[in-house]
Amino acid sequence: MAAPEPEAPTTARSRAKDHSPWNWLLFIPIVVPLIPAFFNADSPRLFGFPRFYWLQLAWIILGVATTTLVYQMTKKRGGDR
Amino acid sequence: MWRDHLTEIIIFTFLFLLVSAMGFVAARWRAPRDMAHLDEWGLGGRSFGGWITWFLVGGDLYTAYTFVAVPALIFGAGAAGFFAVPYTIVIYPMVFLVLCRLWSVSHRHGFVTPADFVRNRFDSPILALLIAITGIVATMPYIALQLVGIEAVLKTMGVTGDSALARHLPIIIAFAILAAYTYQSGLRAPALIAFVKDSLIYIVILVAVFYLPYKLGGWGSIFDAADAKFKATPAPGDGILLNANNQLQYVTLAFGSALALFLYPHSITGVLASRNRGVIKRNMSALPAYSLLLGLIALLGYMAIAAGVKPLPGAKAGSVDGNTVVPLLFDKQFPDWFAGVAYAAIGIGALVPAAIMSIAAANLFTRNIYKEYLKRDATPAQEANVSKIASLVVKVGAVACIVFLDPQFSIDLQLIGGVIILQTLPAVALGLYTRWFHRGALIAGWVAGMGLGMWMLYQVANPTTGKKHFAGSAFPLEKFGFDTPKTIYVGIVAVLVNLAVAALLTLVLRAAKVADGVDGTTPDDYFADEGDPRVTPGATRDADSAPEPVA
Repeated sequence: MAAPEPEAPTTARSRAKDHSPWNWLLFIPIVVPLIPAFFNADSPRLFGFPRFYWLQLAWIILGVATTTLVYQMTKKRGGDR
Repeated sequence: MWRDHLTEIIIFTFLFLLVSAMGFVAARWRAPRDMAHLDEWGLGGRSFGGWITWFLVGGDLYTAYTFVAVPALIFGAGAAGFFAVPYTIVIYPMVFLVLCRLWSVSHRHGFVTPADFVRNRFDSPILALLIAITGIVATMPYIALQLVGIEAVLKTMGVTGDSALARHLPIIIAFAILAAYTYQSGLRAPALIAFVKDSLIYIVILVAVFYLPYKLGGWGSIFDAADAKFKATPAPGDGILLNANNQLQYVTLAFGSALALFLYPHSITGVLASRNRGVIKRNMSALPAYSLLLGLIALLGYMAIAAGVKPLPGAKAGSVDGNTVVPLLFDKQFPDWFAGVAYAAIGIGALVPAAIMSIAAANLFTRNIYKEYLKRDATPAQEANVSKIASLVVKVGAVACIVFLDPQFSIDLQLIGGVIILQTLPAVALGLYTRWFHRGALIAGWVAGMGLGMWMLYQVANPTTGKKHFAGSAFPLEKFGFDTPKTIYVGIVAVLVNLAVAALLTLVLRAAKVADGVDGTTPDDYFADEGDPRVTPGATRDADSAPEPVA
């Protein structure tokens, strides 16, 4: 459950199937939603939602987009259904 | 009075009985040749595809209690309660790769619980026992809390009487039915019921978030009403935005809860029941759909403010039961039949996680206490049998908690549960990546983290409710001697100390050349996938007929 280190320190050397530079992208949706300076304000409002609410809900899209991209870019050709 | 809620009661009862019937039928769904094996009863044959896993894990993580308590928190405190949204966003990228490793190593070695993995990885039955006990202790109050969710609904419908027995009879009946079909069908029961539960919840919430703002004058005026309410209260910590003092708490609570979630045994049970690594990865992209749902549900708290909902009185005189806010909102704003559907969604929503949690706790007992200490040569059939009985005991315990103790006790325990389950992080999560830590050091770190976490929780008071201890997870930093009114999440501090102790002692024990056991896993184990010749047999069934997931 720690940060998803793409380098598994001791184990990945033999067959580094999880190793891909794309994995580093996963840090973006972990770090960005945890910075209150981005979202802790009322304006601008969107459909009546203060920024605090609509922006945090928008991070969901950020998370989905990133994990989907990483999955598509790292899956084994043909396998890994 | 219950007569005013007759329509609601009839719809609730009908849907409840419908899913109960499904629960019993589930034993025959994707039926195995031999149900008398823990892989079948406790992990659904490790064969669930993308869709089933999505419903199962989603129904497992986003519990009825969450759906009742998060809006109650927003109703009471405002923005601080919205932490559930960043929490359930950051979790999936965080565990995206970690869970795949856990899945692979568990399939190669036939692990059913996280403690199984720790036992093998660190060659330490004591460490495994600590992990198992931590898991059971953290899960028990969580099950009890699901009852609190149902109870909030029953209370609103007026079917709870005044005497202790009359107040709890409906819950006892509901849990007896749940216990019976979980006993018979194992993990297949919640997997099947989750379809109904989640469909109901999605429908109810989509209707609510479009219809209620329309009735209440639009989202803008809902937030303005909430803002006005919080400005009028003397409490400094509430408001529709965070203030300078609770931002650190907000962020650390979201991050710490995310770290803890997939250490809970019931989350791991859902993950291990999936068919291959691809299913897990696709679900990490698809599960945030539930986070959107949770975010919208959270805002029901503000709608309740705008609609002028007054929560029902609590167990103690003078207190209010904030958990009744959402049921009351539905009662007030919707026609009876729709409120009945909403109540059924919450009630059934409690059954899915309660079933999975009791299975997870039972598996821990069977694998890491019964088989390890009581009967080493237990056959798979005996294991399955012990697990089935243990799941009954766990549920009786949860009901007893609610009937005989103040529900507040379960809420406190669940708060503690989040902190203590985090203390298994170094062994379980980091253990998936590295065996650098010494087993003795991990035990010492666990002890240190537990001790500090308990002490810190004990220090947390809430002047508004008059509670002196265990009143929350926001620890005031001034108690550490810092000159600041800021607060921080207890779990984060405890797990950092845990890690520091484990790291330091590892260096000491290595220098002293203390024996460290043998690693039972190989680096290769962490990448095995379905179809791997060394993967534990039993994964291939009629599972290929399962539809593909959404992402």
